[in-house]
Amino acid sequence: MSQRANRMTFWGWMGAPALVCVGATLLFAAPIRVFGLQPPEPIFPMVPAFAWAVLRPSLAAPFVLLLLGLFLDLTWGAPTGLWSISLIVAYGLILLSRGMMSGQGRAMMWMWYAFACALAMGCAYAATALEAGVPPSLLAVFWQYLPTVLLYPFADRLIERFEDADVRFR
Amino acid sequence: MSYRDGHFQDLKVPLTWTVAVAVLVAAVVAVALLVSDRRESLQTSAYGAARAVADTVNAPAGEAVSAPSRVTSQAVDYLRDYFFAISENRRLRQQLADMQGLRDQVAALQNVNARYQALLGFRTDPPVPMTTAHVVLDARGPFSDTRLADVGKEHGVQVGNPVMSERGLVGRVIGVTRGASRILLLTDVASRTPVLIDRTDARAIMTGDASPTPKLEYMRGIAPLRQGDRVLTSGDGGLAPRGLPVGTVVKGLDGVWRVQLDADESAIDYVRVLLFTDFTSLADPKELAATPLPAGPPAPATPRAVSMAAPSDVAKAAAAQAAKVQAAAALKAKLPPASPTPAPPAPGAPPGMVTGRGAGVVTPPAVSPPPDQGAVQ
Repeated sequence: MSQRANRMTFWGWMGAPALVCVGATLLFAAPIRVFGLQPPEPIFPMVPAFAWAVLRPSLAAPFVLLLLGLFLDLTWGAPTGLWSISLIVAYGLILLSRGMMSGQGRAMMWMWYAFACALAMGCAYAATALEAGVPPSLLAVFWQYLPTVLLYPFADRLIERFEDADVRFR
Repeated sequence: MSYRDGHFQDLKVPLTWTVAVAVLVAAVVAVALLVSDRRESLQTSAYGAARAVADTVNAPAGEAVSAPSRVTSQAVDYLRDYFFAISENRRLRQQLADMQGLRDQVAALQNVNARYQALLGFRTDPPVPMTTAHVVLDARGPFSDTRLADVGKEHGVQVGNPVMSERGLVGRVIGVTRGASRILLLTDVASRTPVLIDRTDARAIMTGDASPTPKLEYMRGIAPLRQGDRVLTSGDGGLAPRGLPVGTVVKGLDGVWRVQLDADESAIDYVRVLLFTDFTSLADPKELAATPLPAGPPAPATPRAVSMAAPSDVAKAAAAQAAKVQAAAALKAKLPPASPTPAPPAPGAPPGMVTGRGAGVVTPPAVSPPPDQGAVQ
């Protein structure tokens, strides 16, 4: 629990995390090899998508996620709208179930986050299979799912930072 | 300004429902974008302005982000070359000695091959020009496997151009803008590549599924392939020239025939974009389909003209054609049998022109090796 509540400004709550996601995605998309191995390619915007939905409903969040998804699609060369719809579906589900999960321990929240990641990637899996006519390899999906789930501490940090800023939605 | 201090702090709205509507609207927009996407189309216009702008912006950003890694890699390579120069020199000497014999064999085979091509009147593909590119962004997820290269329209790159690493085929260009090209890798789920098995000449479609080894589908024949067969591009459909190295056939754990890609043996950092133009696109279809108009005296009846003529004209034309055929047969019977060997080229005939029995058939000159690294065959 943070000692001092941060003021919930648009920049601190949405702008900065979104920009960090953009920078991290670009950094990890660089053709870097360490000892012949490529770095993983996690879905960074899952972190704010989870934190924004857990802490408070917001009108701007779905549209920021739409833009973040478009950025992922254009940077990765994926079909336009693939990650937008995946992130928005995950955000919507977390919003629906936030009353049930609020106040749970960290391990439980991590599992909830993992479920949200699975939902987003399942949505991307279905959309890709429908569009391309070939389902992607499940092993390849797992290797993107795993590093994405491991990003939960960043979501936890974002939630803790603004948890006491707006108590109306507890 | 804090949310609580805003002008709408006293506004009472059912926020949950409002947010639900916002989520719904955003989802509808995303679905509309997804449905209208035509990423893998071969049409240049299908790539879209948003993608072109994003690639133009991303290319220098990726270049800057990857610069430290590239400099470090070059420094490590320099040090490795310095410390392992002696062993490398010994290895290269051995390799050179092994290649001497192969060089003589290749020269002899090239000579025989060129003679066969000339005798058969075989039309070979001309050398394909190419341009070298540096990969600046790298997407390797299960839903998109693409690369962004730092060459674009100004280098003559076009949508559909095949891309190779120094080992083999990597993919094809799906989007071009100024200064950047988007490459769809063979492993992407949207990738379909017509290939052939070198041993049996069997055809198949190589389908990416986001795994490192794409699947082979739509194979024909009984046992057309086996483990270890070489896989090359077939050239079918005019996407890529025939014979580009692709990989080796392997049996996957799921029992499906797959291809171990040659390009996987090294990093895809520098690539060659083949500025390949399909021969079927060289001819003007409109010109081929157009019927030349008769000029001056009536031309000999062509099948199309006969079909459009009156019945009496058709009978006259058929009778004249039959008389010509009879005259030609009578003339042929009086002539001595043809020589079994082709006649030598006529003096002054251009290289590649076969005279005598094959007169009128123009073959291209013997294929010469590419003059430099800027072309492949």
